[in-house]
Amino acid sequence: MELLISSYNYWIYIILMMIGLYAMLAKNNLIKKIIGMSIFQTAIIVFYVSISAKKDATIPIIEHGKGHGHSAVISAMDYANPLPHVLMLTAIVVSVGTLGVALALAQKIYDRYKTLEEDEILEQLQEQAVSDSVMTSSGCDNDK
Amino acid sequence: MISEEQIPVLIIVVPLLGALLVNLAGLLTGRAGISLILTVAVLSLALAASVQTLLLVMEKGAISYRLGGWPPPFGIEYVIDHLNSLVLVVVNAVSLIAVVFSGRSVKAEIPSHKISLFYCILILLITGLSGMTITGDAFNLYVLLEISALTGYALIAVGEDRALMASFNYLILGTIGASLYLLGTGHLYIMTGSLNMGDLSSLLPSLYGSGAILTSFILITVGILIKMAFFPLHTWLPNSYSYAPTATSCIAAPLVTKVSVYVMLRSMFTIFTPAYVYSYLNISSLIVWLAVIAIVGGSLLALAQRDLKRMLTYLIVAEVGYMVGGAWLANRLGLTGTILHIVNDALMTLCLFMAAGTIAYRTGNLSLIASRDRHGSWDKSSGSGLAGLFKIMPFTMAAFTIAALSMIGVPPTAGFFSKWYLVLGAIEAEQWGYMAALIFSSLVNAVLFFRIFEIAYFEKSSGDMGIKRGESLEAPLSMLAPLGIVAVSLIILGIYSGDIVTHIIQFAVPLS
Repeated sequence: MELLISSYNYWIYIILMMIGLYAMLAKNNLIKKIIGMSIFQTAIIVFYVSISAKKDATIPIIEHGKGHGHSAVISAMDYANPLPHVLMLTAIVVSVGTLGVALALAQKIYDRYKTLEEDEILEQLQEQAVSDSVMTSSGCDNDK
Repeated sequence: MISEEQIPVLIIVVPLLGALLVNLAGLLTGRAGISLILTVAVLSLALAASVQTLLLVMEKGAISYRLGGWPPPFGIEYVIDHLNSLVLVVVNAVSLIAVVFSGRSVKAEIPSHKISLFYCILILLITGLSGMTITGDAFNLYVLLEISALTGYALIAVGEDRALMASFNYLILGTIGASLYLLGTGHLYIMTGSLNMGDLSSLLPSLYGSGAILTSFILITVGILIKMAFFPLHTWLPNSYSYAPTATSCIAAPLVTKVSVYVMLRSMFTIFTPAYVYSYLNISSLIVWLAVIAIVGGSLLALAQRDLKRMLTYLIVAEVGYMVGGAWLANRLGLTGTILHIVNDALMTLCLFMAAGTIAYRTGNLSLIASRDRHGSWDKSSGSGLAGLFKIMPFTMAAFTIAALSMIGVPPTAGFFSKWYLVLGAIEAEQWGYMAALIFSSLVNAVLFFRIFEIAYFEKSSGDMGIKRGESLEAPLSMLAPLGIVAVSLIILGIYSGDIVTHIIQFAVPLS
């Protein structure tokens, strides 16, 4: 129980990640898959941001620390670690980019197949494969 | 003149800015032709810079380049040693040749108003791959990994309509892979407070017993294995590369998996040291056995394919098994073989995909066997798209033959030598299963390619291509010349592979 409470941030990110992973792999609708992907990536962002937090720490700007002013000794313990935040700014940009590409693909897929359900798309692909091979062989018949 | 120290960064900066320039020039002039010329110019510059860097490294040893002058571990550092300078030359050379080759097929396959955008994204893909290779920072590697992945999804989706779903599946799996890598990096950062690879390897030894380090190693390795299409995780690759446009598959198929193998080597050698990976974890033989499964699985699936390009994609999966297995043999010979195979396999795959692209450009039919008729039974009369090709396209098929022999591992070609080192490594490590898998895969490759030779040499071409038998329909020179260069280079690389090993690769292997 203590393990659960003392590191609750890790449990939250693990649960979020599993929800995302489940949606990405098991959902039939492409948009739901994309939503799952977004949750998955956000879980990792939560993980990174949560590790930078410290008890009684403030934002990493010198004036906000205890006993501010140039004379005061600057102690790293008074500030939250800014590096994970900076890294996650980049990761957010990456995940927005991924989301954009995924949505663009979903739009293209909808234009082409008029559906976003994966099983219906696969059905259409199979029908297409069968009709393609019939077409090529009947084309040969006509040539003779 | 640019001073010597600044050359490594040009490998990244030139294509990064060049990509924007290509797009801008396309928008302003509205002509597609200029994009190709600019792309070739940009990639030539990047290739020149990477060759220069390789020479510098051979002369003076590893180079460290500090971006913006910030000292590591605070700033991002590029570290170029014998291993990645070699991979950089391969990446840039392969992409330059592939771009020159695919100029015509891009015109045929991509709508003209999208061509400059296509080249822009293509250059960004190459930038991402070079960046993954050159960087010495674990987080920077993630960003560049995603740059190459995102551009890859877009470039695949440009292909025919089946490419859309293939690209979507690749996006889902690729994102999982990259996210696992990011998560692993996060664990490393919690434990050490550093992201610089060199710094990490000096901080880690005191933490080897930690569960978090083990978790991070597993996360990073699994993430990279997804990215390199290691056998049970390969499902994104075959559809993506077989439905992608010729230009995309010629660049992505040889490079993306090979650069991922390099990233695995880098994470094993530099982030986690060989001492941790080989001695402390003691999982080498487990992973070698997984590689055995990958090689056998990839080869068997290749046997089952009815389309040339699809068959080649499964061969890539088998080859990834070679390299992962070789890297985990934990001896000098195996690692030498793996690094040499990164170079050789990039060129072999390039040559095969270029040949397939040339055949598709001329005949539009890559099926290996007759298609089914409407009752579902085999229609023998329609024939294979490859029938009679030795007469129709003799030079293309000659290049294809050289690459195929190299893939099988016939001595004067490059593929033999890397396979030889891998087999020697397997004997030294007493991994008989891996050795058997290598031999099995070579035999399967022989069956696959000799079946194609038989079809292309003995079967008569069917009439549906509108070609009189015996009439030469050889590909245009702009496609043949790059194809010929790669085919000849496979033999030259084979003859000089000893020199490559003694002058470059032996310095890249960390084991004594």
